[in-house]
Amino acid sequence: MTGAQALVESLKLANVEHMFGYAGATICPAVDALANAPEIGYTLVRTEQNAGHMASGYYRVTGKVGVCMVTSGPGATNLITGIATAYMDSIPMVAITGQVPSHLLGRDIFQEVDITGAVAPFSKHSYLVKDANDIPRVVAEAFHIASTGRPGPVLIDLPIDIQEQELKEFHYPEQVNLRSYKPSVRGNDLQIKRVVAAIEAAQRPVICAGGGVFLSHAEQELLELAERTHIPVVTTMMGLSLLPTEHPLNMGMLGAHGNVYANKAVAKSDLLIMIGCRVADRAILSPAELAKRTAIVHIDVDPAEIGKNMKAAIPVVGEVKAVISQLLKRLEKRSGGEWLEKLQHFRRQELTRPLPSREGYIFPGTLLRALGDKLRYNAAVCVDVGQNQIWACKHLKLGGGRFLTSGGLGTMGYSLPAAVGVKVAQPERQTVVICGDGSFQMSMNELAAVSAAGMDIKIVLFQNNILGLVHQIQSTPAYPAGPFGVSLDGSPDFSVIADAYGIQNRTLSDEAELDEALDEMLSSEGSYLLICRVHPDATTND
Amino acid sequence: MKQTISVLVENQAGILNRITGLFSRRAFNIDSLAVGVTDDPAVSRITIIVDSGNSEMEQVEKQLNKLIEVIKVRTLEEDKLIGRELVLVKVNANAKTRSDIMTICELTGAKVADISPTSLTLELSDTPDRISTFEAMLRPYSIQELARTGMIALQKGSGKI
Repeated sequence: MTGAQALVESLKLANVEHMFGYAGATICPAVDALANAPEIGYTLVRTEQNAGHMASGYYRVTGKVGVCMVTSGPGATNLITGIATAYMDSIPMVAITGQVPSHLLGRDIFQEVDITGAVAPFSKHSYLVKDANDIPRVVAEAFHIASTGRPGPVLIDLPIDIQEQELKEFHYPEQVNLRSYKPSVRGNDLQIKRVVAAIEAAQRPVICAGGGVFLSHAEQELLELAERTHIPVVTTMMGLSLLPTEHPLNMGMLGAHGNVYANKAVAKSDLLIMIGCRVADRAILSPAELAKRTAIVHIDVDPAEIGKNMKAAIPVVGEVKAVISQLLKRLEKRSGGEWLEKLQHFRRQELTRPLPSREGYIFPGTLLRALGDKLRYNAAVCVDVGQNQIWACKHLKLGGGRFLTSGGLGTMGYSLPAAVGVKVAQPERQTVVICGDGSFQMSMNELAAVSAAGMDIKIVLFQNNILGLVHQIQSTPAYPAGPFGVSLDGSPDFSVIADAYGIQNRTLSDEAELDEALDEMLSSEGSYLLICRVHPDATTND
Repeated sequence: MKQTISVLVENQAGILNRITGLFSRRAFNIDSLAVGVTDDPAVSRITIIVDSGNSEMEQVEKQLNKLIEVIKVRTLEEDKLIGRELVLVKVNANAKTRSDIMTICELTGAKVADISPTSLTLELSDTPDRISTFEAMLRPYSIQELARTGMIALQKGSGKI
């Protein structure tokens, strides 16, 4: 058995069913072995970065580690943004890169790059394999490390000669035991008791839930915690869709781009229970100020997150699912009282407030509200980065669906490849992409992957012919020169692009047609591009 | 404030790169760093001297712990550690000055590692402070070259990390 065959055999034993990749010379032996493994599906991307985003989308709806495989040099460096995007959102991923022959490492030969060195700052771990006999162990460790504790991307760099090397014996370890890697699972009982006491004593408690709740598969536990204690819930961007938008305890997203009353709830709280979130700058601008006014409980699997951005009065290290279960064993029912009623009142007002409209243009908030009403209960909505993301965070109504976006790194172009990953895993699931004309042009080459697989992805494209969020920032007094370098002049006619890929499309500029256009898109067969003309002056503050 | 961190790591290629990368990425300052294998050849001990406050030290420890190959991390309290550093120093010496330099060696416990008609190479293992004093005493004789290892440290008493 060769190293390449051992790799594919190990991937099968790690229950890999699908991979995203791009072939090149130094990964050819592995690709050849993959060709003989019909159990593992394969999607050819159009640029390597998107293999990372597809693997991310795939994981986020299945809970199965996403796998991508690319060649050395430029293949590996193109994948870097995909790896960094996954790292910032704690997405488990195994990335396999080809490498030049091991005896030529360091000679700067054709398509050589030190990829393990390059990804060190934003990968959970990496391996440069120098003996094919190590491959089964390395693969098993990589999946274990990627998927346990705080998840993250792990890279395996495989020189071509190692892929060709004959193994002495193939042994895939059934269990991985690393003495230096033992993530905590359960929360400390003493700390759990302190949290329970704090909740019982609080007058104005708020739960702030983040992406860590999804990562720990603790959506049900969170819901039970909130419903039993009637504590209002705000989420970070990565926590959006943990609760249905209209759930009576859901106060929306906090942060600079969040819902007004989510921020007010946090600001006025006397107990903030942070669960699986790291409150970066976009979520809480001045953590030190907030910590002075309110008591903070911080529950996270990664001890380094506790106290990094925000000092916690009661830190609890453990897996979110286990910790909430521990809390539920001790917590009694309590009522939300006046605090909750007040917040609910304001929340309803915010969700139904009138939105602006301009003749000849679509206001994205209006479209997103209408779209939310029409989506199937479990729809997956992949949202890009820029104004489209903020509008979707504020206005898109979701039932039991998933909201997927690049929250940490803010990688433009994430939405379409993420949707491909979703669709590969769950072809029947309604999948919608929300993007702008800037972000769409960063990954619209993946329409080829969509067409090749005959996928059914509905794409809503907000076209305002500018990089809207930067335009918005440049229009503030901080930048006296005003908007510069943000015009998207030269963009193609997107309907012709869609036609070229054989994708149905429609251009929409009249809000009166909005309902009918959304119905047409959602009931169409196959993929669909809905191009919405948006006025360049429409902002996320509207 | 100078603090001493003792780190036990898997003795594998690339770990030093990960540790130094972590320090630069998170903007922690390293004063010195010394690495060597322990009694278990699969494990290395890295002693890092960092100049930072207590809250930052907590982050340093936690971030080090996140590295997969890191087995244990401990910040050693200053009054509970034995710390030693080795210095090699080549100083100008002739018939006139040699005996004066030898007196300094006797007083500090330094040894002569090498000798030539115009120089002495001395070695001393001691605390970083005393090594700095030794260096200052030799400076008037004109130091040609000097190398310090950075401090290595263990806990006092029978305890271990």
